[in-house]
Amino acid sequence: MNKDTSKDGALGHLIKQLAGLPGLGPRSARRAALHLVMRKEDTLRPLAAALNEAADKIQTCPNCGNLDDLSPCRICQDHHRDHGLICVISGVSDLWAIERTGGYRGVYHVLGGILSALDGISIADLSLDLLKSRIEKNSPREIILALPATVDGQATAHVVMDMLSETPVKTSRLAHGMPVGGELDYLDDGTILTAFRARG
Amino acid sequence: MEHWTDQGIILAARAHGENGAVASVLTRDHGRHNGYVYGAKSSKMRGNLEAGTWIEIEWTSRVSDQLGQFKFEQGKNSAARMMHDPLKLAALLSACALCDSALPEREGHSAIYHGMMALIETLQTSVWAQSYIMWELAFLKELGFGLDLTRCVAGGDSRTLTYVSPKSGCAVSLKEGYPYREKLLVLPDFLKPEPVWNTMNYPGNETEDESARDIIKGLTLTGYFLQHWVFAHHSQGVPKARERLGSMAVKQFTTAAA
Repeated sequence: MNKDTSKDGALGHLIKQLAGLPGLGPRSARRAALHLVMRKEDTLRPLAAALNEAADKIQTCPNCGNLDDLSPCRICQDHHRDHGLICVISGVSDLWAIERTGGYRGVYHVLGGILSALDGISIADLSLDLLKSRIEKNSPREIILALPATVDGQATAHVVMDMLSETPVKTSRLAHGMPVGGELDYLDDGTILTAFRARG
Repeated sequence: MEHWTDQGIILAARAHGENGAVASVLTRDHGRHNGYVYGAKSSKMRGNLEAGTWIEIEWTSRVSDQLGQFKFEQGKNSAARMMHDPLKLAALLSACALCDSALPEREGHSAIYHGMMALIETLQTSVWAQSYIMWELAFLKELGFGLDLTRCVAGGDSRTLTYVSPKSGCAVSLKEGYPYREKLLVLPDFLKPEPVWNTMNYPGNETEDESARDIIKGLTLTGYFLQHWVFAHHSQGVPKARERLGSMAVKQFTTAAA
């Protein structure tokens, strides 16, 4: 029994751990903990088993940086996907967002962040060397930069494009502009301006 | 309750908690100021927190020493106009990073604020690189590290100023400086007080090579004094964004001049 458990009791320790998760504060953590302990067999034990399994099995794909229990990940192993298309993204949550659309059948490369002086992320912290070696090894047809439309995101995109200019591979970037269902009156001037620039 | 309203330019924003952020803003009357922004990740607020965005600010705090809370209105996003141009975007980020790193907090620097406003406007013109270098010279001066580029420090002819002394930050004429040219920095033409105009370098007639070389000389000049004077005692050194601008400019303008 560790120190935290002895001080707060098992329930207090569980609440403290849950309260540290994104989206949960102390109050919602207490509700979640109560829900779990009241339904031990249905919810708590399966959740504990799932957490244990995740802790043991989930790893970072050495090829693309995705998280999966297989190595290389399922996406990298999928022969039905187009391995000539590599979509460069900043994090795994962006990969999930693109996968949700169901409209992209290429593979990914997770950079592991974007350049940020405040967060201390420099070029050396991004997996650019791995991307370069993937390009040399697999000679993909196209690299799609799907990085955030923020100042830091676009600065990162320019650095990646600069690095890729030394290779013969074609590079493209996601378009910026009007969101689906967006009304002009409610958009910020930056979005409207980029939408005008990229009008078709 | 402490309260003021002002105008400012976002320099940086650091995520704090799940929805908030601590923003660093260069204000017109209150200098560089930090404050907490509630709901910083909301779709309404996110665009306002990009570096270079001009905003109307309301700051409130229980006591003046505390971080306090910012409320922003009417953001004008400058970065959106430069996102397609790597060098201009790098220049904007570099200017914001220099202000954020070098300016002491809550010390009025309205000259730098107005300089930043002018820089953001000129970044959309063809002379943006020269404007950026002049802004850095003004920035150095405002911080107490002004360069004297109007006369020769060695008593030489002020019409032939060609070099800058890395020790004094003063200009040196061609004749006086030539024997020490290896140790001196080069003064770009557009910073000379009395350029000797001829048909080749009359404004508007410079070749692309000359202009590109001058920009590299200018960035090297200001970069040297930023590194050795302003950031000499900073643990982090010159901001990475400024270093990146320097290396990107050398790469692009060297290719242009070649």
